[in-house]
Formats: sequence, C-alpha cells, structure tokens
Amino acid sequence: MALNGVDFEIQPGEVRAIIGPNGAGKSTFFNCLTGVRHPSSGRIVFDGVDITGLPPDRISQRGIARSYQITNILPNVTALENVRIAAQSRRHAWNMLRHHGAFRDLLDEAAAALQAVGLLNKAEELASNLSHGEQRNLEIGIALATKPKLLCLDEPTAGMSAAETRDTMELVQRIAKNLTILIVEHDMPLVMELAHRITVFHYGEVIADGTPEDIQRNPRVQEVYLKT
Amino acid sequence: MEIPWEFIAVQTVNGIVTGMILALVASGLTLIFGIMDVVNFAHGELFMLGAYIGVVVMSFTGNFWLALATAALVMALIGAALQIVALRPLIGRDPLTTILATFGISLVLQNYALYQFGPITRKIAEPITGQFSLFYLEYPWYRLAMAALSGAIMGGFWLFLKYGKYGIWIRATTQDRVMAQAMGIPVPWVHTGVFAIGAAMAAASGVLFGPLSGVDSQMGLAWILKAFIVVVVGGMGSFGGSIVAAIFISLLEAYATIWVTPSQAVIVSFVVLILTLLFRPSGLFGSAPR
Amino acid sequence: MSASGPSDDLLVKVEDLHAYYGKSHVLHGVSLTVGRGEVVALIGRNGVGKSTTLKGIMGLVMARQGRVLFEDKPIAGMPAHRLARLGIAYVPEDRRIFRLLTVLENLRTGLDRSGMTTTRRQALLDKVFGYFPRLAERRDQAGGTLSGGEQQMLAIARAMMLEPKIILLDEPTEGLMPRMVSQIKEIIDALHREGVAILLVEQNVPLTLECSQRVYFMEKGEVRHHARASELSVNDPVIHQYLGV
Repeated sequence: MALNGVDFEIQPGEVRAIIGPNGAGKSTFFNCLTGVRHPSSGRIVFDGVDITGLPPDRISQRGIARSYQITNILPNVTALENVRIAAQSRRHAWNMLRHHGAFRDLLDEAAAALQAVGLLNKAEELASNLSHGEQRNLEIGIALATKPKLLCLDEPTAGMSAAETRDTMELVQRIAKNLTILIVEHDMPLVMELAHRITVFHYGEVIADGTPEDIQRNPRVQEVYLKT
Repeated sequence: MEIPWEFIAVQTVNGIVTGMILALVASGLTLIFGIMDVVNFAHGELFMLGAYIGVVVMSFTGNFWLALATAALVMALIGAALQIVALRPLIGRDPLTTILATFGISLVLQNYALYQFGPITRKIAEPITGQFSLFYLEYPWYRLAMAALSGAIMGGFWLFLKYGKYGIWIRATTQDRVMAQAMGIPVPWVHTGVFAIGAAMAAASGVLFGPLSGVDSQMGLAWILKAFIVVVVGGMGSFGGSIVAAIFISLLEAYATIWVTPSQAVIVSFVVLILTLLFRPSGLFGSAPR
Repeated sequence: MSASGPSDDLLVKVEDLHAYYGKSHVLHGVSLTVGRGEVVALIGRNGVGKSTTLKGIMGLVMARQGRVLFEDKPIAGMPAHRLARLGIAYVPEDRRIFRLLTVLENLRTGLDRSGMTTTRRQALLDKVFGYFPRLAERRDQAGGTLSGGEQQMLAIARAMMLEPKIILLDEPTEGLMPRMVSQIKEIIDALHREGVAILLVEQNVPLTLECSQRVYFMEKGEVRHHARASELSVNDPVIHQYLGV
C-alpha cells in the first residue's frame, strides 16, 4: 500500500515541508494532490472544493501548480516562451487567430514570473541552453505563471550544488510571501530553515507533524532516519 | 451449408506448414528486437539473400542440405558484419536511427540482389520429392519436411537458449542489459551474436521456402510484413509468442480460404493485428515495456 | 576534500569525481579510497550521490571529470563487463536479479567465466550455497518468485560468483525485516574475513558502524567528512548532522 490513512491539512500562506525516507509515499501523495493518481479511498478538499479524482488539468485550473523531480521544461523554446505558455493556460485559451505576441498581458505576466525566479535576463535564451540550476528555477517559474494558490515543489534542489541550493532557497523564501507552498525535499538544513511546519512520512503514513524544532526533537523521527 | 471437413483438414496442414516457416522468420526478428530494441527492417532481405545463396550452392553442388547450412553460416557472418558496422555506432541514439539504418540496408540488399542475380525467378529443387495422399490431394512430402525442419531449428535454438552457457548470456542480456554487463557478460558481442543468429534463421527460412515459390529479389517483402504482424501479435521479444502467433495467424488465413480467395485471406492477419493492438497491445505473450 | 585509509595496498582510489545525469550535476568532486580487504561505508541522506558514486566507479554513469583507479590503474570509461572481469562486483540498490532466470541460472551468469574448471565452479557454488542455504533450496525457482530478502541474498551471491576483490554494495538492508538485516551483517562480516573489500552505501547506522572500518559522509554530491568507525557512536553529532533530521 502506498498511502495508508493519511490526514493532512495546510493553511493559506504556510510553507510546509514533507520529508521521509525513500519509498515513504511522498511522491504518491503529491501525485494524488495534483490528479496524477486517484486515491482508492478518502477525499481531498482544496479551498472548500472536493477535488478528489479530478484530472490534472482541472486541478491545475483550480489553482494547484507543481514542479517535478525530473526537469520538465520545453527545451526547444525560449525561457519566456515556456512561461508564457503556462500563463496562457489561464485564459485566451480558445483564441487561435491572434498572434501570441499580441497578448501583452500574458507577456507581462510571463516576464513577472521570470523576474520572480531570477531569470528575466535569460528570457530570450533557449531553455536547453540554461544551466541545470537555471532550468530547475525555470520549472518553478512555469508553475508560478499559472498564478497558483498552492505551489507543490518536488525536490527542487535535486542535483544542485550548495551554491545553487542557497539561491533556490532564497527564491522560495521570496515567492512564499504571496503563496502557500508544499515542498518535498531531502536537504535537511534547507528544510529546517525554510519550512514553517514539517510533516514526516514513513511507509505511507504520517508519523510526525510539527515545527522544525518539534521534528528535530522527535525521537521516533530520529529512529526512522537512523534506523536504530 | 455442408461443412467441408476434408478441406478444413488440408487447410490445417497447410496452415501449420506455412506457420512454421513464418515462425522461423519471425522468431529471428523478435529475438533481435527483444535483446537490443532494434526493429530490423532488413530481415526480409536476409531471408531473400539466404535463398539466393542456396540457389548458388545448389547450382554448384546440387546438395540441398549443404545449401541450407552454407546459407545460414554465410548470412550469420554477413549479419554480424552489418550489426558491427551499421548498428553498433547507433547504440544509445534515438530508436528511429536504427529503423532508418535497417531500412537503408534492406534497400541496398534488394538492389544488390537484383543487380547480381537478375530479375528472373530462380528455382531451388526440392530435396525430397514425391507425394502422399492426403484426403483428396496429392500432398508433397517436402512441405511436411520443411515444417519439421523449421520446428527442429527452432527447437534446437530453444534448447540452446535454455541450457547453453551463451544461451544464459542471451537471456540475461535480454532481461537486464546493465546488470548483465555488471556480471562480466560482454553485451556488445552478445548483441552481435544474436543478430547473426537472427540472420541465420532468416536465411534458413529462405532456403527452406525456396522450392515452394521460387527465389527473387522481392521475396522478402511479403514475408517481412507478415513477420512483423506475428511479432506484434505474439509479443515483441517473446520467442514462444511469435511461434504461437505465426501458427495461429497462418491457420486462420488457411481456414479463411474456405470462403474467400487466398489474396483476400491475407486480410485476416491485419484484422488480428488491429484487434491485438486495440485490446492487448503488448501482444499475447509480451512483457511490459522496459 | 580527500581523505584516505592506509596508503599502501589501495584497491580503489576515487579522485575528484564529477558525474552527471544529463544536465544534472550530481557528483561535485567525490574523493575516497578503499584498501584491500577493507569495509568502507558511504553514508548520507537520500539524494546526496551515494549510489551515483558506486555507479561512477562501475562505469554505469558518465564521469566527466576526475579519476577512478583500481589497483593503481585508471578504469574510468572502461565498460562494466571489463570491470567485472577485473574483480569489481556491483550489487545495486534495487537488487536487479534476473527475474526470469532460475536462482542457479542467475549464479551461472557470473560462474561461467573463462578459467573456471568444473571443479572450481562446483566448489564456488557449494561455498556460496553454504552461505545462503535458502537459495540452495530454491535453486530451480525463477528469481522473480523469491521474496525481497531472498532476492537481496541472490544479488549478493551472484556478485560472489565473480570472486571479486571488491563488492560495491548499495543499501543492502533497505526494506528488509530486522532478521534479514542481521543476516546481511553476517554475510558482510564473512566476506570481510575472506579478504573481500566492500564499499558499502547504507543508511542503517548501527549496522554500518558494526561492519565497517572507515566511514565517509556525503552531502550534496561531495564527501564532507571522514572518520574511523571505531571513533563513532550511534548518537554522535556527526551522524545526526549527515543522516538525521
């Protein structure tokens, strides 16, 4: 069983980290939240609306955006294009006749999203030419361009150096001011500094939930991580 | 309507006979795909060239069995050379490149055969003449011998796969190429070996089939299409699956000739293909994608 | 940062290894050594690059920079099947036994090497079945029908068929019940007594400290710390820093 009776609540404006050893069910949890997987039982209520079992595109329209563990950008278009396409999903979707450059509002939103992730100076650069760290941040920018209420980040600093990790952490802290953020991560120092609350998964169940200090002091969590 | 039992019986025999040859061609194809994800569009031409080598050896020695062995051996070597020269450099690239490469090889081989042997159909004499009475027909012994030989070749190969040292290498490499390498198995050479074996099987089929309808540069084309259908229906990479599918499809086509002409009966294989893709795309015995 | 054990008789030396998965820069200059017959552990949280380091040594991941030396000879870029012949065996994290081959056939993939006479082969088989009696009972069963713990045993037994000088062992106790974990510990100890070196990636701290002589700590694609196992205890702050929460 991938997830076993998980109860989970997150408040608007929170930065919540989800941690846990391999196979704990973190990715499955994300997949259920974003409609990639359907739970066998239980409900998911977002902003007062039951979204259980909705397909991913409908869930995205409702305001949940997600970045992926394996970078998912479009390599053959520019950074700006990547973000603009995401912004476009929110409106003008059926207008096929006007040139994409004519939608000034979308271009402005896309530029704003790039600015938020520190990539405005790379707007005209082909996405495949960006460094790995820049591509990961672009992925966050794409998610941001959909103006989400909840941003789900799946291991955003995987494969990054210590310096890139610090940059991404500062990025997340900047954008956290206007959003609710759910982040799966393995980088403990990052998690401890970034998160308001931490939820610990283990074998598909939630074994602890609390502030970073609570979690660090929790003997069960230490046991699970150190396998003592 | 009166049920034509005798006709059905004869068609059963025909279906099995054709099915066995088709199985031999298709199993080479599925082996190559199963182990190295290469869709070998040149397989029909390996069949055709094998048949031509049979013609040449027959014209010099008149010995069918020597022709069969020589064709298999020579095509094995040619197959190995083709794999090393044209396919090894493409490992790790987009699968489309190997499809294009094998398609290119098929064109080269077809035209070479045309250039070398001319457009006139050649004949290979049957090694076993004579017929026996099968219901209302005088049925050639050779057809049965052909089916039996195909079966023997496939059976022999199955035994090799199951019990031989190199058979284990091939099976391990098919299942997990990376761990096979980590166990010291020289995977690039296993790939070459399997391609050579596939080519040898195709060549043997060509020589066996030769006496039935003659040898020409286009003979590979009809067989390759059926062979691909068999591979998909049986499950890509499944040796046993391609044998079952080959006989199944050949029997269906043979029975279909009760009502329609043979050229119309071919539609049966396409119907089976479409049904398979709709309802069981991995094939009857296919494994899930790696 | 480089740190090493006994400088004479080094079996494996990794120097400033950088590795990539596509564009993702996963190893940022890993350096470590394993002496002949030593059990060396590589520990750290998920995603720090422990498995990638093993794969880098085994040539399964592209190393863009840095060197890997085996018995003082550079092996970076050599295909995995040559490394297996040289004496490096690899047991991956997800075991990856050949599911459609029987237990015996799985072992034969490593047993059927050049230079192995029938007597030597039988002796090696008997020895390994002696270590793993459960596998002997199931010798004709398909690998895919074995339980998780049995598959782990098979993966290790299969590596032993190569009579390796070093085994790269990736998280052997993950997902196993405590009883099997102690069996794994016994196997590691037995291999050590036979003089086989082991580079052990693990997250199980007690097991690691009991089995290894030296421990490397990894974080964010680098080796950040190194200590002798005898100097460490389970509650060490260093352990908490690199493995805990």
